[in-house]
Amino acid sequence: MTPGVTTFWTLAALAVASALLSVASRDPVRSAVALVTHMLILAALFLSLSAQFVAAVQVIVYAGAIMVLFLFAIMLLNLGVPARPDKRQRTGLGVATVLTLGLALAMVGGAVWRAGLSAGKASRVTLSRGGTVEAVGYALYDPELPWLFAFELTSVLLLAAVVGAVVLARRRP
Amino acid sequence: MHLPVPTEHYLSLSALLFCIGVAGVVTRRNPILMLMGVEIMLNAANLGFIALGRHFGEVAGQMCAIFVMAIAAGEVAIGLAIIVALFRARETIDVDEVNQLRL
Repeated sequence: MTPGVTTFWTLAALAVASALLSVASRDPVRSAVALVTHMLILAALFLSLSAQFVAAVQVIVYAGAIMVLFLFAIMLLNLGVPARPDKRQRTGLGVATVLTLGLALAMVGGAVWRAGLSAGKASRVTLSRGGTVEAVGYALYDPELPWLFAFELTSVLLLAAVVGAVVLARRRP
Repeated sequence: MHLPVPTEHYLSLSALLFCIGVAGVVTRRNPILMLMGVEIMLNAANLGFIALGRHFGEVAGQMCAIFVMAIAAGEVAIGLAIIVALFRARETIDVDEVNQLRL
C-alpha cells in the first residue's frame, strides 16, 4: 500500500468512527466534540483530494464558527443528558436503525458497483494547482462562469440569516 | 491520469457518512442534535462534490462545496435561534412534545 492509500483508509475509519460517536452519544457535549473531530478529519480528507482552500475553509467555518454556535446553544439551554428511552421509543429507534442500515447498504452498494464513472480528466496540473486560493478565486470571480452571481446572492442570504437570527432569538418584552 | 485512491472509494465513504447523518436525524429527539446530523450529511455531500471535482479535473466541485458551507452556516444560525426561541416559549425542545405550530 502506498502512503496515499494508507492515509485514505486511516482517515476514512476515523471519520466513520467520529460520526458514529457523534450520532450515538447520549451526552450532547460529547456529541458536539465528536462532531468537531469529524469536521477536522474531513478537512484532512479534502487535503488528500488536493482541495487546499476548501480544507482551510472547513476548519475555519465548521470547526471554528459553526461548532462554537452548537456548543453555545447546548450550554445556553443546559438540557443535560436525556433520560434513557422507554420501551415504545426503543422500538422506534430499532426501526429507524434498520431502515437507515438498509439505506446505507443501498447507497454504498450503488456507489461501489454502479458508479459508472467515465475515465477522469485529472492531470498533474489540476491535482497540484486545482485547489489553491488562486485557482478557486479566479473561478469564483470569473464573469464567464456561473459562480459570480451565486456568490453575490450568498452575501444577501447571510445578511438575511444574521438579521433573522437576531430577531428570532431576541427576548420579547 | 491514474489516481492513487479511486474516486469510487471517496463516493462510498461519502454515502456511508451521509447515512450516519440520516441516522442522527431520525433517532434524535433533541433538535440541536438533529441539526448535527444535518451537518454530517452536508459534509458528506461536500466530500462527494470535491471527489468528483478532482475526478474530472474541474473546479466546479469545490465551488459547490464552498456554497454548501456558506448556506450551512446560515442554516445553523437560524436553526439555533429558532431552538432558543422555542425553549423560551415552551421550556422544552423535545420534538415529541413540540408538535404544534401555535403557542
